[in-house]
Amino acid sequence: MESVLGRYKNLIVLACVLVAQVLGLAVQVKRTTDTQSTRLIRIWAVSSITPFEKVLNWVHGGSWNLWHNYFYLRGVRAENRELKAEIERLRLEQVRLNEDAAQARRLQALLSFKEQFISQTLPAQVIGSGGSEQSRIVYIDKGQKDGLKADMAVITVDGIVGKVLKVFGSTSQVLLIDDQSSGVGAILEKSRLQGILRGTPSGEVVLERIMTDNAVQPGEEVRTSGGDRVFPKGLPVGTVTKVGNGADLFLSIRVRPAANLSKLEEVLVVTHLVEQEPTQLQSGPVRAADILAQRLPSVPDKPPADTAKPKPDAPVKEATHPAAPAPGKPSGSTAQSRAEATPNPRSDSITPVSPRTAGTTPSAVQPATAHRPTPPPVQVADPVNSTAPKTRPAPAPASATEPSTQNGPQ
Amino acid sequence: MPITYTSGEQVEVYRFNWLITLGVPATALFLQAWLPHQFPVFAMLDLPLLVTIFFAISRRNPISGLLTGGVIGIFQDALTGLPIGLNGIAKTLVGYAASSLGVKIDVENAGARLLVTLVFCVAHKVIYFTVARGMVSLSVQWSWPHELWSALVNAIVGVFLFYALDRFKLRT
Repeated sequence: MESVLGRYKNLIVLACVLVAQVLGLAVQVKRTTDTQSTRLIRIWAVSSITPFEKVLNWVHGGSWNLWHNYFYLRGVRAENRELKAEIERLRLEQVRLNEDAAQARRLQALLSFKEQFISQTLPAQVIGSGGSEQSRIVYIDKGQKDGLKADMAVITVDGIVGKVLKVFGSTSQVLLIDDQSSGVGAILEKSRLQGILRGTPSGEVVLERIMTDNAVQPGEEVRTSGGDRVFPKGLPVGTVTKVGNGADLFLSIRVRPAANLSKLEEVLVVTHLVEQEPTQLQSGPVRAADILAQRLPSVPDKPPADTAKPKPDAPVKEATHPAAPAPGKPSGSTAQSRAEATPNPRSDSITPVSPRTAGTTPSAVQPATAHRPTPPPVQVADPVNSTAPKTRPAPAPASATEPSTQNGPQ
Repeated sequence: MPITYTSGEQVEVYRFNWLITLGVPATALFLQAWLPHQFPVFAMLDLPLLVTIFFAISRRNPISGLLTGGVIGIFQDALTGLPIGLNGIAKTLVGYAASSLGVKIDVENAGARLLVTLVFCVAHKVIYFTVARGMVSLSVQWSWPHELWSALVNAIVGVFLFYALDRFKLRT
């Protein structure tokens, strides 16, 4: 007997180790959540790796910033010019979008919609990956100590990234949207078709569950539908790149994610969402005169007595905006001011000069948009001390043009 | 305290300092998690597998090889979001096979190392995908060109890595 054991010792040990691992796998497959033993192994592995990753990322980021922020400034002036031009263009676009948003809010108030707002986010840095082609996950440098929980949405300014999968002490595992086990409720922006966004084994992102009798065009934007109860509605997801026939009468729609998932550095974890019903004031009856007043150019506000006679060389925008500018906005020449001062050349729409945008006392006709719901205050957790988040005042109706790409209402 | 292992009659058996025994796999796991985040092309590499093969063929002890592979694989699985044991089983088998092969043939020259690493990389992928599909029902994708290319890249990197790690070998 002993000689047999000695002779086949290697094979017996191999068989034992394999059987143990197979049994462990079987237990994990049966249970959806991690068992205590597997969670311990994960904690050990993550705890031994992530501190080094944090240090290396800190050194790497520091040297990179030093080079790019202090030495390598080539092309910064040109980039600055381009960015300024883009700001001007975006401000013009924002004036138009504000009107659309106000109209949408009025309709939502009429239908007693509950709106979902991102009320608090926590910035985090991506420090590492899962290191496997089969599992597309990343690690961020915030965890249980910072108040993170599983299933929290992770986004960037460009679009959604994924959701928190597992939370450890000071780090968390984020499942990216291109992982094959992820699923995001998504909606096509123009056609309003809803589907499920999934990752493929090859790392592509596809939109599933849209019937072949629907027309979907490449280039169409995809946004979150809010149906997964993880991501709030309306966040950018990506763009349709290819549409083909899939299996079972469903389209095969490939989507290019809006966020660059292969080069993630900083992300925002949505730590708190708020559902808000329209107030009585918002959901009150809307008078036809209000709607009409909104569509017609309003009378400019009466300037103060001391500035009743504007200087001849004063720009037109100063005359139309005697009041102080909204907080956070420059008081100088803004594209928005120009847009408000200049009627839109299109015959069917005239850019309104409303008291809402001017930030002054209401004129004789109060437009309905003045009653737009005020989103809850947006809190940006302090990345250094997340336990004491700073409160950023909610964008007031008068300063609706303030960019709020990161933390604004979605 | 150096860790010693059984030696064969014909081929030379090596042992490693405990610092190397623990440090090299830990470094490989760390780099495997960190490098693909900084440079996505490195996701193709499987440094823990290369380390498993190196220790297995150097020690030439099947039990040591399979245990090394199993532990490295389990810790590698722990860093992914997938069930623990996929890499564990695959690397256990590769560790056992590599050390068994190391007992029989000499794999000290570059050509033999390239060939052995190439074969074991492909074998590792086959085992991994079999377990992932057969036991965990993961819808992993198999592409021969990609797997062969990946195995070749790993084998080439492995040759250089093995030469670097040869410095830490201690004769029994």
